[in-house]
Amino acid sequence: DRNIAGFPENPPTMAALPAPEPASSGLLVGVAEAATADADGKFGLGRAALPEEVAAWNVDVSPDGTGLPEGSGDVWTGESVFEENCASCHGSFAEGVGNWPKLAGGDGTLDHDDPLKTVGSYWPYLSTVWDYVHRSMPFGAAQTLTPDEVYAITAYILYSNDLVDDDFELSNENFAEFEMPNADGFIVDDRAETEYTQWRSEPCMENCKESVEITMRATVLDVTPDEGGAEGSEEAAAPAEETATEVAAVAEEAAPAAEEAPAEEMAAAAPIDEALAAEGEKVFRKCKACHQVGDGAKNRTGPVLNGVVGRPVAAVEDFKYSRSMAEHGGTWDNETLHAYLADPRGYVKGTKMAFAGLKKPEDIDAVVEYLRSFQ
Amino acid sequence: EPDPLITEVQEWASSFGDGVDATPYGLPIKYEDDVIRRNVEWLTADTISSINFTPIHALDGTITPTGCAFERHHSGAIELKKEDYRLMINGLVDTPMVFSYEDLERFPRENHVYFCECAANTGMEWAGAQLNGAQFTHGMIHNMEYSGIPVRTLLNEAGWNGEVEGKWLYVEGADASSNGRSIPLEKALDDCLVAIKANGEALRKEHGYPARLVVPGWEGNMWVKWIRRMEITDGPIESREETSKYTDTLADGTSRKWTWVMDAKSVVTSPSPQMPITHGHGPLVITGMAWTGHGRITRVDVSKDGGKTWETARLAADAGNKALVRFYLDTEWNGEEMFLQSRAMDETGYVQPTKAQLREVRGLNSIYHNNCIQTWWVKPNGEAENVEVS
Repeated sequence: DRNIAGFPENPPTMAALPAPEPASSGLLVGVAEAATADADGKFGLGRAALPEEVAAWNVDVSPDGTGLPEGSGDVWTGESVFEENCASCHGSFAEGVGNWPKLAGGDGTLDHDDPLKTVGSYWPYLSTVWDYVHRSMPFGAAQTLTPDEVYAITAYILYSNDLVDDDFELSNENFAEFEMPNADGFIVDDRAETEYTQWRSEPCMENCKESVEITMRATVLDVTPDEGGAEGSEEAAAPAEETATEVAAVAEEAAPAAEEAPAEEMAAAAPIDEALAAEGEKVFRKCKACHQVGDGAKNRTGPVLNGVVGRPVAAVEDFKYSRSMAEHGGTWDNETLHAYLADPRGYVKGTKMAFAGLKKPEDIDAVVEYLRSFQ
Repeated sequence: EPDPLITEVQEWASSFGDGVDATPYGLPIKYEDDVIRRNVEWLTADTISSINFTPIHALDGTITPTGCAFERHHSGAIELKKEDYRLMINGLVDTPMVFSYEDLERFPRENHVYFCECAANTGMEWAGAQLNGAQFTHGMIHNMEYSGIPVRTLLNEAGWNGEVEGKWLYVEGADASSNGRSIPLEKALDDCLVAIKANGEALRKEHGYPARLVVPGWEGNMWVKWIRRMEITDGPIESREETSKYTDTLADGTSRKWTWVMDAKSVVTSPSPQMPITHGHGPLVITGMAWTGHGRITRVDVSKDGGKTWETARLAADAGNKALVRFYLDTEWNGEEMFLQSRAMDETGYVQPTKAQLREVRGLNSIYHNNCIQTWWVKPNGEAENVEVS
């Protein structure tokens, strides 16, 4: 039984049209009227879903744990799985990077100004974490984690929120016992009582207020994208067409740049090790949330990486690099890429790249080979 | 002085224009190339999971041109061929079923015009006047004519047993986010559609090609794109999009959930910050749009003085059910400062509230469902600015 939360007693859903009345036999009167339908209102379209098809897609998990596969994972396993798959956006301690979501902290802030809503401070059900990580994460490589990895990540997120000890292990067996701190923090939509009753009155037409003073102006904040006469913020979006044109131009320029670069021999001459590049493609999944490479690749959170091996540092013209990257100088070759990818923030202090780094040198070799195949 | 555009033969009056097929599928003329969707870059970490805004300031009528109707993706707009499309129905049905796109085309379908508004529309304005343009304050909305199959028809095909009380329909998309949502079965049976066309043509990629869910009057997040599965359940799944997001935190720290309906709302689209008055004094058309998730708009009032006095605007046509209606106030402007506002009323008697009224009930931390009255300060030179007034 997955009946977890009750249906609202008075849902604000009532539209003018009632749902069709089921006949006593369970048949639908409304549909049965359709010309081509059988007596039971069916059209004989579609086919029965096979059990393995339902199993493949029916993976949602309810608050009571219904839908969870067997498995388990502990905090320490979770830490390394999280570091590998999640930390580039969510931070090594689930504290979030840049604009990416913070998953930990915020306890007790929900009634403050600017509450910090995290898994620990806000999410009412642990099942939501498991279900979301399992189905939709990592960003750009969804549905690649095993159930055990998802249990481990979920355990680590709980640990990051100080909700479990470091020896905690989460499994389908103990899952339902876990109650989230904000489980009781939600009420069902009460606008019908708290708002509609107040505002369903004949509106005032004349002498409705004595004076009108400006209390806030949008141009003071100055956060509007640069269009329509307003002062634009520095980060304003360029019109889509313009951006596409510029990216195309940059891609064209990138190729000759690579030929002139000092690393010419490596970038242009050495044949690609296809097996290593294929390994690198897997490693590159970690990068895909922010970087594109290949045909039609564009700048995203990070710059387009076509031709990156052998090109000068910070060479994509329409990408806004951090100042430290822009002023870094040098060329991306095997050596500099190894140094940077092993410890991005150590090698270029102040880089905007939030990635924690690749621990294994062989992963870096692979990803550099993969990138080298897009010259 | 005679106008040379009249007295001299112009090039277009003498030589040829484009032949047919110059643009097999047309785009707006180049002079209108600033009427486009726009993104607010600081809002999200990346454009893959992000939103952009319909250029409502530059549009008229009610149907949103598909090419500039706002986009919201949680994991990017995917390319899913009709041949690769499958819709599964499972859960509390006699026979779990799979339908192909071709199957969908063979069910009786309906046509309806509905608005689709993101629950976060106007959300950035909750704390105060922030974005200077109707596109950015109110552009997370579009209004299209959908051709689709009623969800009840599809559920019946799978042998739904007729039970409604306490039952839910869980829906999810085929993209990497899946964006699952739980909908009370009663609503799903009432008026929800699996749409295969919008504005007469196939859905655009960014709007869920080849099939999306239409949930009339309810927040846009529930209109699952690339819909691949519908499951009848005994309870809500409480997915990420219905717990950690799309819930509304009140002043005391508790949060409302299941706030699905979009309440009555309106906005003046012109004049507005992106649409200053440039034509000098004399006749002025003030226009805007209004909508309500509770049914039909019955009246829209406009104030030029920040809410001291109001005039009832003219509705351009009978308001449709859960669809945008266009309003006009045909007036005279002689350079006086205006604080333009509009106020919608719907058939339930609901009157669009001020931001102060909303804050009184909800506090300062609510984000979604901001349907407050908007103010544009029109200055003597015709320029307009987004402001809050007392």
